[in-house]
Amino acid sequence: MFSSLKDKVGQVLLPGDEFSFQADDTISLSGPVKPEKMVCGPGLRRSGDRLLVCKSGVLRHKPPNMFWMDSQQRRYVPVKGETVIGIVTVKSGDVFKVDFGGSEQASLSYLAFEGATKRNRPNVQVGDLVFAQFLVANKDMEPELVCVDSVGRANGMGVFGSGGLLFTVSLGLVRRLLAPHSDVLQDLQQLFPCELVVGMNGRLWVKSSSLQRTLVIANLLQSCDTMTAPQRQTLFRRVAQGAL
Amino acid sequence: MKDTPLSNCERDFLLKAIEEKKRLDGRQTYDYRKMKITFGTDFGCCFVDLGKTRVMAQVSSELVTPKESRPNEGIMFFNIELSPMASPAFEQGRQSELSVKLNRQLERCLRNSKCIDTESLCVVSGEKVWQIRVDVHMLNHDGNLMDAASIAAITALCHFRRPDVGIQGDEVTVFSPEERDPIPLSIYHMPISVSFAFFQQGTYLLVDPCEREERVMDGLLMIAMNKHREICSIQSSGGIMLLKEQVMRCSKIASIKVSEITELISKALENDKKARKAGERCGFAESMPQERITALKMDETPVEMTDVTEKANDIVHNADAPPQMVPSPVVPIPGVGQVGQGVQSTWGLEEDDEGEEEENDNSGEEQDEKVTRMEEEKLESREGDVVEISDSEEEEVVILNPEKVSKNTGYTSHHKGAAATQKRKRK
Repeated sequence: MFSSLKDKVGQVLLPGDEFSFQADDTISLSGPVKPEKMVCGPGLRRSGDRLLVCKSGVLRHKPPNMFWMDSQQRRYVPVKGETVIGIVTVKSGDVFKVDFGGSEQASLSYLAFEGATKRNRPNVQVGDLVFAQFLVANKDMEPELVCVDSVGRANGMGVFGSGGLLFTVSLGLVRRLLAPHSDVLQDLQQLFPCELVVGMNGRLWVKSSSLQRTLVIANLLQSCDTMTAPQRQTLFRRVAQGAL
Repeated sequence: MKDTPLSNCERDFLLKAIEEKKRLDGRQTYDYRKMKITFGTDFGCCFVDLGKTRVMAQVSSELVTPKESRPNEGIMFFNIELSPMASPAFEQGRQSELSVKLNRQLERCLRNSKCIDTESLCVVSGEKVWQIRVDVHMLNHDGNLMDAASIAAITALCHFRRPDVGIQGDEVTVFSPEERDPIPLSIYHMPISVSFAFFQQGTYLLVDPCEREERVMDGLLMIAMNKHREICSIQSSGGIMLLKEQVMRCSKIASIKVSEITELISKALENDKKARKAGERCGFAESMPQERITALKMDETPVEMTDVTEKANDIVHNADAPPQMVPSPVVPIPGVGQVGQGVQSTWGLEEDDEGEEEENDNSGEEQDEKVTRMEEEKLESREGDVVEISDSEEEEVVILNPEKVSKNTGYTSHHKGAAATQKRKRK
């Protein structure tokens, strides 16, 4: 089981591919027989004594026993604690409804901003962007967002200022951008100075000194989705030289 | 499911971009997106790609009794399907306002312009005529469905072959394709719809709006025209007042676009005909293997970089001036954490404060060194390359400027590393 999974690490798997839990034919007589334990991440699902792949992508492994599918999906499923960029759609009473690209809208209390009190309401309009994190995210309850951390500080979250451009990329690219020492970000840093907000729901917000530059960065990031590292580096170099 | 709402930030950005004559995908005002026409294995099946918008049209025929008012004319039937596959906002099995509008426009464009000879579809007057049915399916919605639908429909009609019929006395026999070659429809002309989006009460005009542009536009003008410059239908929606000159200009642009598209269609039809004659694998079946991993395939994005050299020059001029620093930090309004208002970002910047001083002592020499290195590079690259890259090189120097370092975290670390090595050298 373990070995069969390990063989496939780094390969493309499709929904319907399966691994079976049946033990190997040979059992070592010398050592004690330890039950194999492993952790299935997104894209792998256990069904009886089988392990099914339910997302297309590349199988990844993290020692000692974690496995997951690295996919390029675009549909976001909320997870508690993740930060996302949402669009305020409804302003009713004491909660805002926020669209974050998931299957339903999340609620955001007006008190969940730094320094907000009943008297001192935050200035949020319909259509504004908010950077917030999930307080409640499970399949049976309405997701709930907050713009404060556990000690009540904004910590970078809140309503966006004016300007900038919002666009969407795949969730895989977002994870690559947020990874420590992200090579995409390092390539981007050598181009123009810009402000970049990355939401785990695949939404990116970019603001640069001029409209043209903002557009260039947005287009570059969108095309990064499907490029290999050398392809990306040549493209970025060409843009840096103004040859494109 | 509801569609994703359009944020104020996108709206403002789009309108500002349109004022500056820029578009999201780097197109010019009057440019169409990349168009691709492919055919299915069967006759009368056509796929049209317009950027990311994708539409399929399928033509089919059936023998029916004609309408009493027109006993010797065939019947044309158009149907547009907006499936949820194209956009989550479309619902299955319900006639939305958009689908009715598209259907009406397609009917007016193709049926009312009499581009197809319906009398030739008559088999027995008053008893049997051919009904030609055109089904247009939207496969992906990224704006300008009407143009894609009209191109797909007319191309599919041109590609379609109906079975031959023989009449002996009262008996009508329909021959299979093996017995007799199927007959193409007789098409007089090819009306093609061209859409224009208007912004700011008609001040700005764009051809072939994409989905986000369609959402912020004030009005839409659709002109259906054939290559003989005859207008087949014209429709304005959105309720804006259009000047006579605007409409005239649109019709001129439409005539150019239509002649280009007609040429493309006839080329596609010709290629397909040749491929079929040669007995090669043609159409849809042929194009499938190339699109194995459709979700991960994307065409190269064109990035517009026209006036970058001027911009770089500007930056070089401005570089000598001290960088804009806020004397006292701007305190955001309580209760509102702000991003993107020029407020100093505090995300993971703390560690940069230390070591700032030691950087400053040797920053002067270091920059000299950097600049000389740059120049060396420049010389090297000049030899082989004709492309003038000096300006952008200058730009890099600006980014490296130690005074601006605090804005760019990535470089600080780099900088620090360099400083450290220099120190070591001194020792």
